[in-house]
Amino acid sequence: MTDQSTFRAALSDPGMPVPPTLTDGTGRPAGRRFAVYRNNVAVSLTEALIDGFPACYMVLGDDQFRGMAAVYLRAHPPESPLMARFGMALPAFLDAAPQVARMRWIGDLARLELALRDSYHAADADALTPAMLSAIPPEDLGDTRFALAQSLRLIRSDWPVWSIWQRTRDTEAPQATPGAQDVVILRPGYDPAPHLLSTGDAEFIDALAQGSPLSTAAEAACAVAPDHDPTAILTLLMQSNALIQAPGGPR
Amino acid sequence: MHHPLPPAPGVGYKPQHYADIMADPGAVGWLEIHAENYMGDGGRPIAQLRHLAERFPISVHGVGLSIGGEGRLDPDHLARLKHLCDWLNPASFSEHLAWSTHDGAFLNDLLPLPYTAETVARVADHIDELQEMLGRQMLLENPSSYLAFTESTMTETEFLAEVVRRTGCGLLLDVNNVFVSATNLRLDARQYIADFPMDAVGELHLGGHDEDEDDHGAPLLIDSHGRAVADPVWALLDDVLARRGPAPLLIEWDTDVPDWSVLAAEATRAENALSRAAERAAA
Amino acid sequence: MKTNKALVLTAFAAAVSATAAAVPASAADNVKCFGVSMAGKNDCAAGPGTTCAGTSKVDYQGNAWTLVQDGTCESAEPVLADGTKVMLPEGKMGSLSELDRDLPMEG
Repeated sequence: MTDQSTFRAALSDPGMPVPPTLTDGTGRPAGRRFAVYRNNVAVSLTEALIDGFPACYMVLGDDQFRGMAAVYLRAHPPESPLMARFGMALPAFLDAAPQVARMRWIGDLARLELALRDSYHAADADALTPAMLSAIPPEDLGDTRFALAQSLRLIRSDWPVWSIWQRTRDTEAPQATPGAQDVVILRPGYDPAPHLLSTGDAEFIDALAQGSPLSTAAEAACAVAPDHDPTAILTLLMQSNALIQAPGGPR
Repeated sequence: MHHPLPPAPGVGYKPQHYADIMADPGAVGWLEIHAENYMGDGGRPIAQLRHLAERFPISVHGVGLSIGGEGRLDPDHLARLKHLCDWLNPASFSEHLAWSTHDGAFLNDLLPLPYTAETVARVADHIDELQEMLGRQMLLENPSSYLAFTESTMTETEFLAEVVRRTGCGLLLDVNNVFVSATNLRLDARQYIADFPMDAVGELHLGGHDEDEDDHGAPLLIDSHGRAVADPVWALLDDVLARRGPAPLLIEWDTDVPDWSVLAAEATRAENALSRAAERAAA
Repeated sequence: MKTNKALVLTAFAAAVSATAAAVPASAADNVKCFGVSMAGKNDCAAGPGTTCAGTSKVDYQGNAWTLVQDGTCESAEPVLADGTKVMLPEGKMGSLSELDRDLPMEG
């Protein structure tokens, strides 16, 4: 009797024998017919990872990525049938993998790719329009709180993760240079894009995300970058439809 | 109340065909989507689906509920299916006679079941639960089989008929799956069609398969959905249509997805098959 | 913090003007971009989708995942699959001897 535990165990481990109650329909052992299911599982999950992490796939190359995927998909199989959520544990898996210890940035590259995917599927935002924004009385502005679009994601990396990502998409992009990079992913319509941030921008966004008013966010940025001018980051957020109405905020 | 699927060709919807479908759907009268690809909070997938649903009847085809699983149905997934069916109000909902989740791990494949009194009871219980949750009838699809279980005490058609009798669900007859399973397990495909509870059929599927061999050099067909529908499968379809009459007929092409023109040509071939069946029925 | 307040006012006003001056995303643009990703660049952002099909591809899962061969130990430039190099941030790498401790010993 082959229960699903037995079937599944043999499915995940090609070293295990094919369960004996499985046949070819004429009484002969199923043999490599069982391998069809093994292949379906392993190949489909490997290809799902390739689809989900194209930049990591590019830096690792086909052989390395598939070798990595074979280990990952057995250690962290999908937890739900939503393939769009498969690979959540990959960044931490790559961080810890000795095989890629010399590419320590690759975990953050995977984080960036996951965040892009997350952003793609996030709820649509009803952004504040320039007319609504300019209607805020100047005297209230410093105390005004904004909510951020659900599709916004902030990545703070010790590595030049944005430059490396760019380079995987465009070989003409400049060579990555050493240093930490903060990245914000914004989705003005349906296409998320990562933007490289200046020092202090991440603190500014983080403060807004925490529900702090505008003046507090500006102070948070100045705490790490005394000359921080919020014009650029505010323009980016507005043009990317990322500022939305906070509960009780401007209408 | 939702309108049923029309007895016309449909295609499995792929986002890369969006503009082509909106510009000229050809013979295509309805679209099928995989439920699990439209369970995000928003963004392009949901926006596209809302737009498509204004123009085409939509069939929601689940690929991940694991109706044949030994464990209970995932309540989170049931809730997601209900949410999708509630806002979209699709023309049809279907799922597979298979299992895919075990111990909380989703295996991303449609895995086979032995056909026994025990599994028929389990599958029927799960379908009852789903139909109650969704407040609608579902269609259950026959699988592509690559192997058989010595435990089985009934044929697949007997199993499906018993599930229909217990739950009142309908059936989705995948004609390519019949051809694949019959070839792989040395069964008679035409006898399978003759035995199939045709009155319960609410939708038909057609897809392409790959050809391989087992350890003994016997043909082993794989339900890859990666090429045009094979000629013997079209012939088997005529047999099905002669018994069932015209029915909603889906072309599935899920891997190596071709340009729209290629898929549209398959839909035209499906339309011709449906027209011939309608003429025969009228004669 | 007066300076801060003034800075925020100026920055906000400048940002609103710049945004208003940019071409507004009309409803028509939104409908158009249902279909294709902007410039076809971000399709991969959707991530993996479902399957209800089988595959005739074979999974060669017998091999354990081995170390990435990305050039010599002296090089801090792992090579991309297409041959281009990505410079590692050397300042963050620590010494090579430190790194070697992270690698399984060979032989």
